[in-house]
Amino acid sequence: MTIRLNKLLLGTTAAGLIATAAAAETELTFLVDVAPDTIAVFEAIIDAFEAQNPDITVEIETRPSGGEGDNIVKTRLATGEMTDVFLYNTGSLFQAINPENFLVPITDQPYADNIIDSFLQTVTAGENVYGVPTSTAMGGGIFYNIPIYEQLGLEVPTSWEAFMANNQAIKDAGMVAVAQTYRDTWTSQLFVLSDYYNIQADVPDFAELYTMNEAKIATTPAALRGFEKLQEVYEGGFLNEDFGAATFDDGLRMLANGEAAHYPMLTFAVGAIQATYPERLNDVGFFAQPGDDADNNGLTVWMPSGLYIPQSSENQEEAHKFLAFVASVEACDIQTATIGAQGPYLIKGCTLPDEVPPAVADLLPYFQDGGQTAPALEFLSPIKGPALEQITVEVGSGIRNALDGAELYDNDVRKQAQQLGLPNW
Amino acid sequence: MPTAQIEKKPRKTSGSPYPLWFFLPAGVIYGVLFLVPTFASLYFSLTRWNLFNSTFIGFENFLSFVQEPFLIKGLINTVIFAVSTALLKTIIGLALGILLTSNIRMRGLLRTIAFFPILVSTIGIGITFAVMMHPTRGIINVSLELIGIDGPGWLTDPTLALYSVAFVEVWRGVGLASVIFIAGLVSIPRDYYEAARIDGATKWQQFKRITLPLVQPATATVMILSFVYGLRSFELIWTMTKGGPGFSSDVIASVIYKQYQAGFYGLSTAGNVILFILIAVMVMPLVAYFNRREVDL
Repeated sequence: MTIRLNKLLLGTTAAGLIATAAAAETELTFLVDVAPDTIAVFEAIIDAFEAQNPDITVEIETRPSGGEGDNIVKTRLATGEMTDVFLYNTGSLFQAINPENFLVPITDQPYADNIIDSFLQTVTAGENVYGVPTSTAMGGGIFYNIPIYEQLGLEVPTSWEAFMANNQAIKDAGMVAVAQTYRDTWTSQLFVLSDYYNIQADVPDFAELYTMNEAKIATTPAALRGFEKLQEVYEGGFLNEDFGAATFDDGLRMLANGEAAHYPMLTFAVGAIQATYPERLNDVGFFAQPGDDADNNGLTVWMPSGLYIPQSSENQEEAHKFLAFVASVEACDIQTATIGAQGPYLIKGCTLPDEVPPAVADLLPYFQDGGQTAPALEFLSPIKGPALEQITVEVGSGIRNALDGAELYDNDVRKQAQQLGLPNW
Repeated sequence: MPTAQIEKKPRKTSGSPYPLWFFLPAGVIYGVLFLVPTFASLYFSLTRWNLFNSTFIGFENFLSFVQEPFLIKGLINTVIFAVSTALLKTIIGLALGILLTSNIRMRGLLRTIAFFPILVSTIGIGITFAVMMHPTRGIINVSLELIGIDGPGWLTDPTLALYSVAFVEVWRGVGLASVIFIAGLVSIPRDYYEAARIDGATKWQQFKRITLPLVQPATATVMILSFVYGLRSFELIWTMTKGGPGFSSDVIASVIYKQYQAGFYGLSTAGNVILFILIAVMVMPLVAYFNRREVDL
């Protein structure tokens, strides 16, 4: 008994000593979501940052992604319990955390000048900008398995009709044409969300009308197409048998191993494929979700998450230092070295290596001269209904038809608009 | 002076042997942790609230709960889930209770096994069964295939998902039900059965005329407990289907949670008020009914 007590006392003293030693420098707490890629990149960036700033240590804290994570971020901000720096989405989800009340503006910080304008727009609220990009721009579209395309002699489609013809050919050859993974419900939204380039090609001011409550998805034929495409793919019988129970990881496995020919997804998945199936990385290509007009083919673009500083932080000076480091060419290079090149960086002066995976090589031309892109709707309008992923699961599994789903979603969006206090709702 | 105090006390507390301020600590805790939040939530359910500021909007939140198809679906599913799990837990629990009070071998071991699921984390059970119910790779459908049956998508078929989760909930909760039944069964005096046997009553008659009426208090407890648990059930549904596919296995609790995740704090509070009213409205008559039956016996 005495021995155990002694040990306990010793332990406490030791812990106390360590704590005092650490208190001499500043500890920045940092909340990120649990994606393995994100953590790997930030661990490497933090190592380099700490080497340059020996008096600052950065402590990573993780949170779940998706709706669960949104909840944690909102609650911690509202209660003043947020970490010194945190990672969170840009665009509509950024607007929903009430940035003007909770975040520290970075408008006047010198490092804000390093950031490309197209990103700054997605982290602007009122007069100020608040976030630093943490990764590359992404495309939303369709990954395809290159060996299957070669084996069947197929060509990358530029119209929806050609895409469906490819699907039919793949199905006729006895293979799964499209992988869908509805156990991770968020993956079901891609056919709808990646269609925004095609919507704005037809109705250029759709985002504005939509935010003003003057255009609805169900009554705008171009906007309804995304839901119809989801339904067509299901009705064509192109899906993997276990589409309702498969997960995002299953989707990547099917795509990389040639168990399925297509997988609609954001291009950040390149990083996950590289981590899990590095030997198959060269088997995976990418194309934008085709519209009905083959002559007007372009890509719907997503912005990466941003880093923000909450007003509740007591170490704002050090937090700015960290953000400045993340907004540097050095940080881009660390990311490329850690998980490879995934798309164009949003920091001025950052470059990509000459050798990039095929899916990234397929992505880059859309961003270059002569290529065409449009931001996803969630970066143009603050409204995104929370039930979209359930509705797209229903439409994508034949439980509900496209028109019904679109009407239900228009209704769902109303709550979000009212919550944000938008006029005209 | 002391005598005066003693004289005063009985009048004030109307016969209680303790002075009123003894109740103060408990009263403060109850007030702060229960009464204040309850009334605050009644207020916030009438507002559009983002944790930072709230706008009073009357009954609009309740209106959207009633109007929107998937919120209504959640209400219906909640009732289906609660009724089916409560009935099954009662029936199977009683059967298990009778089996485990009879003279069978390894009774202690079997009782432990029946009770075991209660000790396992609900989240763990949900994740495990979700894997076992995978339509192509899950052990259930793989086994069914061996005997030539093409198993359905237990959690992915919209008509089946809710019942699959209800089945797992019964598996999880039946152990507690049978323990309550065992306690009720062993408290029935053996004399009744002996007398009945001498009068030539069959096993079925003994069960119907002695066991069933005398185990009534246990039945009521199991019914009400599982019914209330079923009404507010959340963990299993969330880990197994997240209310899906689509909205087909949503219950009120998962709908409330999703509204909360989306940041619709007013709406989700309104959902909680509805859940509270629903439980009160459905359980009170049930309790009253069972109490009356008990008096009749």
